[in-house]
Amino acid sequence: MTNGINRRQFIRLAGFGAAGAGLAYSGLNPWGLSAHADLTHTGSGVREIPTFCELCFWKCGVIAKVKDGRIIKLEGHPGHPLSNGRLCPRGNGGTGLTYDKDRLRQPLIRAKKRGEDVFREVTWDDALDHIAEKMIYIRDEWSADCFALFNHGYGATFIKHLIKAYGSHSIAAPSYAQCRGPREVGFDLTFGEEVLSPERTDIVNTRMLVLIGSHLGENMHNTQVQEFADAISNGAKLVVVDPRHSVAAGKADWYLPIKPATDIALLLAWMNVIINEDLYDKEYVDKYTVGFEQLVQHVKSYSPEKVWTITGIKPELIRRTAREMGHQKPAVLIHPGRHVTWYGDDTQRSRAIAILNALLGSWGRKGGFFYPGELDVPKPETPPYPKPSFDRVDLQIKNYPLAYNTLASGLCDATFPAPQTNCQLKAWFVYGTNLVHSLPKPQQTMEAMQHLKFLVVSDVLPMEIVGWADVVLPDATYLERYDDLHVGRFREPFVALRQPVIEPMYDTRPPWWVAKELAKRLNLDSYFPWDNIEQYLDNRLATVGLKLSDLKRDGVKVFPRQPLYFEDGIQPEFFTNSGKIELYSSSLAAHGYDPIPVYTEHGEPPQGYYRLLFGRAPVHTFGRTTNNPVLNRVIDSNEVWVNRRVAEEWSLENGGDVILKNQDGVESSPVRIKVTERIRSDCVYMVHGFGHKAKRLTNKKGANDSDLITRYNTDPIMGGTGMNVNFVTFVT
Amino acid sequence: MARYGMVIDTHRCVGCHSCVISCFMENSVPEGYKRDWIVEVVSGEFPNFRSEIRSERCNHCDNPPCVFVCPCGASYVEEGTGTVLVHNEKCTGCKACIAACPYDARFINPAGFADKCTFCDHRVKDGLLPGCATTCPTKAINFGDLDQPGSHLHKLMHDRSVKSLKPSAGTGPNVYYLL
Amino acid sequence: MIEVTNYRDNPLIDPHLEIWEWQISVYLFLGGLVAGLMILNGLWRIRDREHETKAITNSAVLWAPVLISLGMFCLWLDLVNKLNVYRFYMTFQIKSPMSWGSWILFLVYPAQILAVAVAKGSDVFGGVLKGLNPLLQILKSITNGREKQIAWLNVVLGVMLGIYTGILLSATAARPLWNTALLGPLFLVSGLSTATAWNMLSRPTKIEHSSLAKWDFSLIITEMFLLLLILIGFLSGTEGHQSAGMLLLGGGFTAVFWIFVIILGLLFPLWLELREMRGHSTPAWVAPALVLLGGLALRFVMVQAGQVSHLPDTELLFGAVGH
Ligand SMILES: Nc1nc2c(c(=O)[nH]1)N[C@H]1C(S)=C(S)[C@@H](COP(=O)(O)OP(=O)(O)OC[C@H]3O[C@@H](n4cnc5c(=O)[nH]c(N)nc54)[C@H](O)[C@@H]3O)O[C@H]1N2
Ligand SMILES: Nc1nc2c(c(=O)[nH]1)N[C@H]1C(S)=C(S)[C@@H](COP(=O)(O)OP(=O)(O)OC[C@H]3O[C@@H](n4cnc5c(=O)[nH]c(N)nc54)[C@H](O)[C@@H]3O)O[C@H]1N2
Ligand code: SF4
Ligand code: SF4
Ligand code: SF4
Ligand code: SF4
Ligand code: SF4
Ligand SMILES: [Mo]
Repeated sequence: MTNGINRRQFIRLAGFGAAGAGLAYSGLNPWGLSAHADLTHTGSGVREIPTFCELCFWKCGVIAKVKDGRIIKLEGHPGHPLSNGRLCPRGNGGTGLTYDKDRLRQPLIRAKKRGEDVFREVTWDDALDHIAEKMIYIRDEWSADCFALFNHGYGATFIKHLIKAYGSHSIAAPSYAQCRGPREVGFDLTFGEEVLSPERTDIVNTRMLVLIGSHLGENMHNTQVQEFADAISNGAKLVVVDPRHSVAAGKADWYLPIKPATDIALLLAWMNVIINEDLYDKEYVDKYTVGFEQLVQHVKSYSPEKVWTITGIKPELIRRTAREMGHQKPAVLIHPGRHVTWYGDDTQRSRAIAILNALLGSWGRKGGFFYPGELDVPKPETPPYPKPSFDRVDLQIKNYPLAYNTLASGLCDATFPAPQTNCQLKAWFVYGTNLVHSLPKPQQTMEAMQHLKFLVVSDVLPMEIVGWADVVLPDATYLERYDDLHVGRFREPFVALRQPVIEPMYDTRPPWWVAKELAKRLNLDSYFPWDNIEQYLDNRLATVGLKLSDLKRDGVKVFPRQPLYFEDGIQPEFFTNSGKIELYSSSLAAHGYDPIPVYTEHGEPPQGYYRLLFGRAPVHTFGRTTNNPVLNRVIDSNEVWVNRRVAEEWSLENGGDVILKNQDGVESSPVRIKVTERIRSDCVYMVHGFGHKAKRLTNKKGANDSDLITRYNTDPIMGGTGMNVNFVTFVT
Repeated sequence: MARYGMVIDTHRCVGCHSCVISCFMENSVPEGYKRDWIVEVVSGEFPNFRSEIRSERCNHCDNPPCVFVCPCGASYVEEGTGTVLVHNEKCTGCKACIAACPYDARFINPAGFADKCTFCDHRVKDGLLPGCATTCPTKAINFGDLDQPGSHLHKLMHDRSVKSLKPSAGTGPNVYYLL
Repeated sequence: MIEVTNYRDNPLIDPHLEIWEWQISVYLFLGGLVAGLMILNGLWRIRDREHETKAITNSAVLWAPVLISLGMFCLWLDLVNKLNVYRFYMTFQIKSPMSWGSWILFLVYPAQILAVAVAKGSDVFGGVLKGLNPLLQILKSITNGREKQIAWLNVVLGVMLGIYTGILLSATAARPLWNTALLGPLFLVSGLSTATAWNMLSRPTKIEHSSLAKWDFSLIITEMFLLLLILIGFLSGTEGHQSAGMLLLGGGFTAVFWIFVIILGLLFPLWLELREMRGHSTPAWVAPALVLLGGLALRFVMVQAGQVSHLPDTELLFGAVGH
């Protein structure tokens, strides 16, 4: 809890939580697992064990079918609010990870120079002793804060706890500064609350959904896609703004093939029309917002005609869609996106999205943004974490006043020797994030790692980052381990259990065990006041009147729905400076930033170059699944989308291979060409995550977008790394 | 008597391949093969496209040429469900049925017999939906009895325009697509 | 523009069928050839011209069971589950051409043996097979006086066999190139033509040779006429048929079809036979050898191109067919 917003939320959460939990326990309105007799049925030797997924970070409920100690199938948990009995393709192929023959099987210690990816196998004792020794050394010699933890994924909870107990606050995930950070800041500045994950977007009830980049259907966050389909069937109007004709665009009533990097202008033009034509929600704006007058003045100059010349979107189309928004309000959802680190002005773009939503009155309204259910499931009391010895290490080189969470990129920067820093990072613990793939400028990440005194990596596969480690910890996969409870906040709050459905394979160990074992060696036992994970979970569940055995059987416990919208009882309350929705942001003004978003131009690709855009394939998650043999049966490589005219100019053949070269001369691996009319001629597109180079991975097909991201624009407000600013050409 | 069929909503389907991967797992589909698959069709001129995504599989035809051509009685129509199935143990692997299927829905299982979608008859007998229909995140795949008047399949087909694939082949497909 | 992406990619199915290779082509060729031999032999015998048709009624007859066995061996080679071959004979599937085919093949053997039995002379078998002659004598005694019936039996079964080799393919509506009613007659005529050629190579007498050449001349003309009808049928047919026709008239199989089937397999032997009829002398084996080659090429082209041909996808792009 390092910032005000989270604290405020915590207070609210704790208050609601106690009431909610009590209600749940007495009301007992679970989804009725008992009716689902199949769950415990053991016919034909198949056991069905509930758990939750980790093929991405959405955490859908899963039922694993296990026969003779082997997982034969994964199905969606019918009672889990995030899966509703269904799984996305990746979740369906989860066994491909556990049974991947490339898996890390034993702890390793580096045998040659760092980065050469040569190791010797050691015992867990050797590995953990070695890590503990280094942790003590770093803390004694410099400071615990000089030991950073990079993490992503639910397995990291106990490792985070350990690192905090050890005294370090340098903890970051690439899901902030490389992903949804700007969105959370933009919404927080406007409404005083974040969008959160899973997003509080009421897609299923919306009358009109506006997707700006968000490529639902390729971006396969299960529940969102389920609701997306429902919205379509319900006849919701759909607007898709994307330089590429995405899957979602194929379903849109209006497809706006925007020129990349110009979305802020479009958003301002929409506001212009909505204000000029009195289409906004007057009552809502009057009651809940501040800064409307300033906004009116501000958007005056963004007429559809002017914005047409910027975005390439015809004025009629801008007007037509704006009017439809006015018509459908307040059940209009301008989707805030998720991976929003595009151009460096992303907080401002997210602000513009937030403001447009506010004008339409959709925040806190059915079909807009709901208030997720709350539930407090306290963790066992442990001693307070040691106080940080330094201010935020990630902000030493450059300060971003509104960076609420730690910046992964900032920690990477703080690893380089720099005179003005008081804590150069000396060691990294990397849990479940392939930083070489997920941070921009991979060359810089690799250089940073050469400065380290020590680097531990916990992973399941021999990914690029593993090759750089001094010590490699082979993690048990999500199907082989317990993790902490997942206290989920969606329409209903719920508690879900991850439990091993098979014994860990090879000499792998779950992260809770690693954390506890390290704690022992660091004399931090008091932070782990339990003998084993089952005891921990049982104790924690007891706080909401549940038992571990219940959850082992049911997988999830759903608590009753609480009010979701203002109209059904949520008290409109905005944790901003003014206590109102800030169309004009006093915080931004105070920090010297534009209080209302301004459209600024971004560089154009030079002659013969095309802006490199990237996104998701439905069957893969970043680079973490591109080695998955089950998923690779469907798609095992990416391809680069090239506009037909551009392809003709360059004589590129559909299905042929091409090498891309960026503005700094960096070349990609050969990648298959998809010649298509479905993309603008000023950009190319590929799916992120392919093109691995780690030598022990089987699938290295495709090209790696990260290699080509040698530049990024940093968001001046919160430090996000805008990565859509690279231009590529074709090597022929 | 039932006539099992599917009504697949092309508006809902996003081409995610969940159905395909769950089928792999449910039916131990051999490596390299697919019993169901995705077809994406986009037409038009930038930026005015029409697109359609279909999850395709054996159509369990009313008039199944694959069954007619089978010299061994290995391919057959199941009594009471209309599901088109293969008796693996009777199959010689002559491939006549593969040639006869206008949808290329069949393939030779490396274990030595003609293979294809079974409408997950083993699940349906247990009162479960087929694997693909169960997992589809968008609920695009609707399975049921086409002969049952007033069923949800009928309702779906009544409310929307619908098509089946290659009607000119005269096979009488029982997989329909909502447009 | 239309962009279609099919993610199926099943082996031997995508991008187009490749399930049948040389085994099936050779099988169809041999089946046609044997059908022709049975018919020719029978007809000649029915017309009581044995005295002048030694090659046709004697030597060629012996080849029929050998060649058909070879053909069936090829068919067996094509089966994925070879041990299950007996399954063909555990059932009769009335709608399945292949089932008909396997039973016809089953019946063809005895008919052929009988034909061998009635062949004149008791010196039919020589060399290592000499031992079979006594058996033959027994058969001869049984068949004595039933030569004509046996000849008719061979003709009828021969026609069925010949047509069947075409029907096997033409029954598959899914492959437009095969889906023409004229494929059966075409394969029958082509089978007769190859059988004639086979006889011409079986050291016929001079009279035999020239009547065979005349006979073949008219068969080739008929075959070309049938091919012409088939191509016209394609071009004036459905979209699928049109594109199937284009495979032979400008598509991937055009060169093989025209060079090996039309020019070398039909036109050139036709010209040679015409020359021969006009009294010019050419080596007697050239024309029949070409006819056999052409017959084989025709089966290869039809089997392969047929697997490439497919029903149009365009009809199923967007249009609704019901409500
Ligand atoms: N299958 C699958 N699903 C996933 C993930 C995954 O790895 N695999 N990852 C999950 C995670 S962590 C995240 S953050 C989300 C990310 O998913 P989203 O939030 O949907 O990510 P975006 O970056 O918005 O999506 C990329 C799309 O933006 C378009 N685009 C690029 N530049 C511009 C522009 O300037 N303007 C506009 N309007 N559009 C532009 C691209 O053409 C592409 O269609 O996906 C989540 N879902
Ligand atoms: N170029 C580029 N960069 C991007 C993005 C992009 O689209 N393009 N997207 C950005 C976004 S939105 C995000 S959220 C981040 C995601 O960034 P990351 O989370 O770093 O994603 P991955 O690269 O998939 O790395 C995940 C790592 O975790 C490992 N892993 C998987 N399961 C387990 C487990 O159970 N235990 C352990 N210990 N390890 C495990 C995998 O093997 C892999 O090495 O990337 C960001 N960076
Ligand atoms: S969205 Fe897919 S990959 Fe992510 S947790 Fe759910 S099922 Fe697993
Ligand atoms: S699972 Fe459903 S949405 Fe996904 S491709 Fe299959 S039918 Fe379409
Ligand atoms: S789709 Fe093909 S395999 Fe399935 S029943 Fe019809 S013809 Fe037979
Ligand atoms: S391959 Fe098997 S199922 Fe198909 S036609 Fe031949 S015997 Fe019948
Ligand atoms: S019904 Fe069963 S066999 Fe057929 S495609 Fe669906 S999952 Fe596969
Ligand atoms: Mo992300």
